[in-house]
Amino acid sequence: MSLTTKQIEQLAQLARLALPGDAVNTMRSHLDSIFSLIAQMQAVDTTGIAPMSHPQELAARLREDVVTETDRRAAFQVVAPQAEAGLYLVPKVIE
Amino acid sequence: MTSPPLQPPFPRMSTAPLFDTPVSALRRALDTKEVSSVELATLFLDRIETLDPALNAFITVDRERTLAEARAADERIAQNHIGPLTGIPLAHKDVFCTEGMLTTCASRMLSNFVSPYDAHVVALLKKAGAVSLGKTNMDEFAMGSSSETSHYGPVRNPWETGHVPGGSSGGSAAAVAARLAPIATGTDTGGSVRQPASFCGVTGIKPTYGLVSRYGLIAYASSLDQGGAFGASAEDCALLLAAMTGFDARDSTSLERAPEDYAAALAAPPADAGKPLAGLVIGLPREFFGDGMSVDIRTAVDAALAQYRALGASTRDIDLPNAKLAIPAYYVIAMAEASSNLSRFDGVRYGHRAADYTDLADMYRKSRGEGFGAEVQRRILVGAYVLSHGYYDAYYLQAQKLRRLIAGDFRRAFGGCDLIAGPTSPVTAWALGAMSGDPVQMYLADIYTTPVNLAGLPGLSHPCGFDGGGLPIGLQLIGDYFSETKLLAAAHRFQQATDWHLRRPALAA
Repeated sequence: MSLTTKQIEQLAQLARLALPGDAVNTMRSHLDSIFSLIAQMQAVDTTGIAPMSHPQELAARLREDVVTETDRRAAFQVVAPQAEAGLYLVPKVIE
Repeated sequence: MTSPPLQPPFPRMSTAPLFDTPVSALRRALDTKEVSSVELATLFLDRIETLDPALNAFITVDRERTLAEARAADERIAQNHIGPLTGIPLAHKDVFCTEGMLTTCASRMLSNFVSPYDAHVVALLKKAGAVSLGKTNMDEFAMGSSSETSHYGPVRNPWETGHVPGGSSGGSAAAVAARLAPIATGTDTGGSVRQPASFCGVTGIKPTYGLVSRYGLIAYASSLDQGGAFGASAEDCALLLAAMTGFDARDSTSLERAPEDYAAALAAPPADAGKPLAGLVIGLPREFFGDGMSVDIRTAVDAALAQYRALGASTRDIDLPNAKLAIPAYYVIAMAEASSNLSRFDGVRYGHRAADYTDLADMYRKSRGEGFGAEVQRRILVGAYVLSHGYYDAYYLQAQKLRRLIAGDFRRAFGGCDLIAGPTSPVTAWALGAMSGDPVQMYLADIYTTPVNLAGLPGLSHPCGFDGGGLPIGLQLIGDYFSETKLLAAAHRFQQATDWHLRRPALAA
């Protein structure tokens, strides 16, 4: 299969990725090559096979519903691009 | 190239330079105060300073910080608070978060990220008294098989600096090969410990999925990611791996198992010294010995198997009929999980934020477009596609079904053998840039390592020869779940009888 420029741009939009205009063609040829590789899977009949999501099929562990973390907000916000008064700053979303 | 006629056993001699000494001997030298941890750290820091400009194996080295850790280790040794790794220098793959230290994952996205916490692995090794020499270079976000996609430039193979070291843990493998660090941590999602170990002529082990906590390991594909260990020998890997494993409640897939002393198991004398592997049955998958493997690799692997038989093991042919499906299944699962995991990088809480943007959505798009390299972007896009409505069943679920078939192949195979052996990679280290034109070319070279991750099994690679160009060849051993001791012990017996693991690149003289 081959993706159209429009499909790649839509995918990039879904993935929140700004692709430079000149990158789309190279990206398409690489993606085409990847999709033809993974198309091999379609030839296998997997009727009745259950999907395996984890190597060790254990039930999820449960724990007591208690707070275990300490408050490290300041330490975590030191690495934020923009933080103020304990809040992460983003461009205005509501006029 | 054949091994010179040396007689076993071949311990690394006491005349070997200190930088090329087994960890167990460094332990004794530290305990008897023949050498201090500060002296050892200085030795390796100086080697990094001299040799790393040619290799680019490290992203971050902080001499003062390392020496402070070494001084603390010396104090502990003076007070007799000694663990197996107290005062031993090591290097961490830059995928592990280290508190107060740059943790980049070799990406522009995290080029300014000073982690506020330690990964579980890092905390365990700190607690054990190990001394960190720095953070090693890798493929960006561990996505690659050559360590060329790093924002910090490619890592070079110490055996031939025009060639790649393998990947994604190429910096750790190159550092151990050049003896810039005695041991190093890595991660293995589709072969990222075993394949660079093979390309660089060192030993590397990826344990059973769930033995090493993923807490603080920057996630690529969570159902496959697993921490692992590099060393010059299986014995050194045993010491490092034992210190890295252990239950951690903060990783939902961490397994609650009693710790194992791998090194002690290796030190136990075999019942029959002449045939230390007597009774061990090694399965040889027909699918791993077919077309596509170079003659040099075939010859070296056959010779290694003959050596295993000489040590008492027997070999038999087995079948892994679905192993050929591992590459597409692996890449679908890994890319799907990557697209989900990497959605956290949004330019808001940490990492790169674009300088100019019009609104919130534009800030996300530009920050991610600038922060991620081309291979990471490809994987995110394919991952987003295979997870999208209408394609999820055909790709992601189908890949998970193939995963079950592949795991089933191994389960049946281990009904008739103890370990499985074959080449780690169908090729030796390629020239820098040789595989960069078509990403799929490089993916296909992961054919022998990815089935192991899909099944969640432990695997090890150890050196077993060289190709005509003098580049190392690795033998992969695969074990059943929780058979790390068996894997390490088999490689250890092989290394006691051979000297491939003692070879050092000319650059590391």
